[in-house]
Amino acid sequence: MKFLSVLLLTLAASLALAGDIAVKGETVYTSAGEPIKNGVVIIEGGKITAVGENLEIPDGMKTLEAKVVTPGLIDARTVVGLAGYLNQDHNQDQLEKSAAIQPELRAIDAYNTREPLVQWLREHGITTINTGHGPGEIISGQTMIVKTVGDTVSEAVVRAEAMVASTLGDSALVDSHDKRKSPGTKGKIAAMLRNQLVEAQNYKEKIATADGDDDKPPPPRNLRLETMVRVLDGELPLLVTANRHNDIMTTLRIAEEFDIKIILDGAAESYLLIDEIKESGVSVIIHPQMVRFTGDKENVTYNTARKLTEADIPVAFQSGYEGYVPKTRVVLFEAAMTLPYGMSFEHALNAITINAAKILGVDDRIGSIEVGKDGDLALYDGDPFEWTSHAVGTVIEGKVVSDIKR
Amino acid sequence: MSIVSRGACLRLLALFAASCLSVGISAKPVAFTGATILPISGEPIEDGTLLIEGKTIKAVGAKVRIPRDAETIDVSGKVILPGLVDTHSHVGETAGADRSAPMQPEARVLDSINVRNSGFKRALAGGITTINLMSGSGHLMSGQTIYVKLREGNSIEAIAYKRDDGEVDGGMKMANGTNPIRTAPFPGTRAKSAAIARQLYIDAQEYQKKIELADGDPKKMPERSLAKEALLEVLDGKRIVHFHTHRHDDILTVLRLQEEFGFRVVLHHVSEAHRVANEIAAANVPVSLIMLDSPGGKLEAQYVDGRSAPILEQAGAKVALHTDDWITESRHFLRSAGLAVRAGMSRDEALRSMTINGAEMLDLDDRVGTLEKGKDADFVILSGDPLSVYTRVEQTWVEGVKRFDLDDPDDLAIAEGDFGALVPTGRGHIHDMGEGH
Repeated sequence: MKFLSVLLLTLAASLALAGDIAVKGETVYTSAGEPIKNGVVIIEGGKITAVGENLEIPDGMKTLEAKVVTPGLIDARTVVGLAGYLNQDHNQDQLEKSAAIQPELRAIDAYNTREPLVQWLREHGITTINTGHGPGEIISGQTMIVKTVGDTVSEAVVRAEAMVASTLGDSALVDSHDKRKSPGTKGKIAAMLRNQLVEAQNYKEKIATADGDDDKPPPPRNLRLETMVRVLDGELPLLVTANRHNDIMTTLRIAEEFDIKIILDGAAESYLLIDEIKESGVSVIIHPQMVRFTGDKENVTYNTARKLTEADIPVAFQSGYEGYVPKTRVVLFEAAMTLPYGMSFEHALNAITINAAKILGVDDRIGSIEVGKDGDLALYDGDPFEWTSHAVGTVIEGKVVSDIKR
Repeated sequence: MSIVSRGACLRLLALFAASCLSVGISAKPVAFTGATILPISGEPIEDGTLLIEGKTIKAVGAKVRIPRDAETIDVSGKVILPGLVDTHSHVGETAGADRSAPMQPEARVLDSINVRNSGFKRALAGGITTINLMSGSGHLMSGQTIYVKLREGNSIEAIAYKRDDGEVDGGMKMANGTNPIRTAPFPGTRAKSAAIARQLYIDAQEYQKKIELADGDPKKMPERSLAKEALLEVLDGKRIVHFHTHRHDDILTVLRLQEEFGFRVVLHHVSEAHRVANEIAAANVPVSLIMLDSPGGKLEAQYVDGRSAPILEQAGAKVALHTDDWITESRHFLRSAGLAVRAGMSRDEALRSMTINGAEMLDLDDRVGTLEKGKDADFVILSGDPLSVYTRVEQTWVEGVKRFDLDDPDDLAIAEGDFGALVPTGRGHIHDMGEGH
């Protein structure tokens, strides 16, 4: 009996321990106001319960210390987990080339929680990613939002169906190796996407008019159209990769025509369309800062993120997709490289924390160090953006998920 | 800040293309004062003076006597670093061998370069002044590399380094591992790769013997072979082998070949250098590393680790860093040194790895790589600490001529990108040339 009570006590202690932690930082950047000197973040049951200067830490609470503490970082658009660290076909599931439009492809059915690149991101302080199908088809599939932990996808998932990934640009065109003939032109890309949305409108209309009337049975279930109806309803934003100015305008045109919620992805030439993008109210998940200027990204600049931010257009960073090396980019590094080009520290940090959370629609849970939010933190031994600083710890929902120096 | 304004120089260029270079270089000495100078050859100099005259450094130090006729440029608060040396880059449309054979020592990168490619301007924007331009790694031997200095020039000859014998200076690109393994006539295995390379060198040795036996008699000389002539330069040590290699066993294969044939070699990329650092150091073979943002990629490079930099340093091996542009963008080359320090390399060695160590690997250390009297006036003016993300390259000078200036709108467009600025030949300084628009 005594043995059992000891066991229960031990269990209770370990349960309390899981998700209970205090983190002290010489500077705590909260992404929700001024930085806090000698800040303390208390996390209990996986949620932040207190944050402030020199807070008293409950007796016996596990405590971490670091020079700098930030909210856990967010990668707003990646393929990591679908794309593995080896550029071998068996390790690359981010793009299905069998058809131009396949919104029914779910990220949750292809995500490898044990992928080394997920670990790599986690070790650099990235705690949440919007990962899924990459650019390269008119509609390549869905993305999902996961924490960078968990042995199974169920443990990792924040939102299983987050966005529908679309591409309006060069990479969506068929090439001479493709058996398919379409889309062979940009006009055809737009027509195919519009057709798809019209088909979804018709499908939705049939469901609505059926409405229990036995003479008008609902149309048979169709995963593709069901997904597109959710796009029409604004439930799933269309994440549109568009880099050239004309492709960005096509994106805005189609969004207006069908009154759908879109998020611009890549947007290499968005600096040419600041007014138009601002007026549309669309958010931008900007290309990785260090992306190569190739193909429809040939006019990429290092000051686009700053220009968009200065125009109050919501901007988040992404690691994107890399076919060669580095096999993934790291949003910490990408945000850092905006600093020499005039982005402020605060804006750069916001673009990988709170602004990313808002664009992903999960700012009620993550993106800043505020009471009630998930206990996700990144610890650094100096200015997190300096090349020579290190990530020294990562906390997700109060659990230390990395203590390696990176 | 420039001696002869570039606008003036370029207007002159339009009139007297050939004579502009000499006009661009001031006859007067120029003193850059007030900066923190990192000469690399010695300790940092606070409030130092760099004195140049023509193409050459005249003096560097805390107390330099500035000649009365010198122009003085106040660069207080800035940091001056030697022009960076990139030991491995593909800017400028480099191409060597084609798909016809795995070893083509006669193919020259020299014959492929487009000197107007915007890649050279990007390199200058990154503070790079000397580059080893290489052909690819899809061959066991893809051809002759070329060492260039990023001075103004209308031809590859104008920017190429020249050897003492007057020939264009460069190395020889080789590779092993999986890149050159292809369908016939390329090798299908690693052993075959080594055998093909060995046979080629043995053939060159035989060729050399014939030449020696001919003893100057033209009738006894073997027929000229461009390939073998190039290989003899390798065997003579005139041409350094730049060897692309990744896996630990492939690295050791390079050391084995080097020992058998005695050529001079620099190991390039060297993903698994951390696993054979002691062997590399013992062979006294230098290493040119690439720093990447994440592991993975090719199977043979999956264990790439930035910690190779400190591990090699501690083992006593010489390390340089390279861009392999477009793998690393030339404009961000300094970041590689930052990443090496992040991985544990000492700050001093990281700065040497961007400058003098690379110069040594190209046999150019008598001319570049440090700020010392008598060396080429190649230097970078930075806004701050070279290893900080907040620092900008403000100016890049090559042989006494300002070649990049952040205050120049066209150079700014190259440095940050702009619509049409980075198309292959760049938009450069067209409007400066008096063509009007």
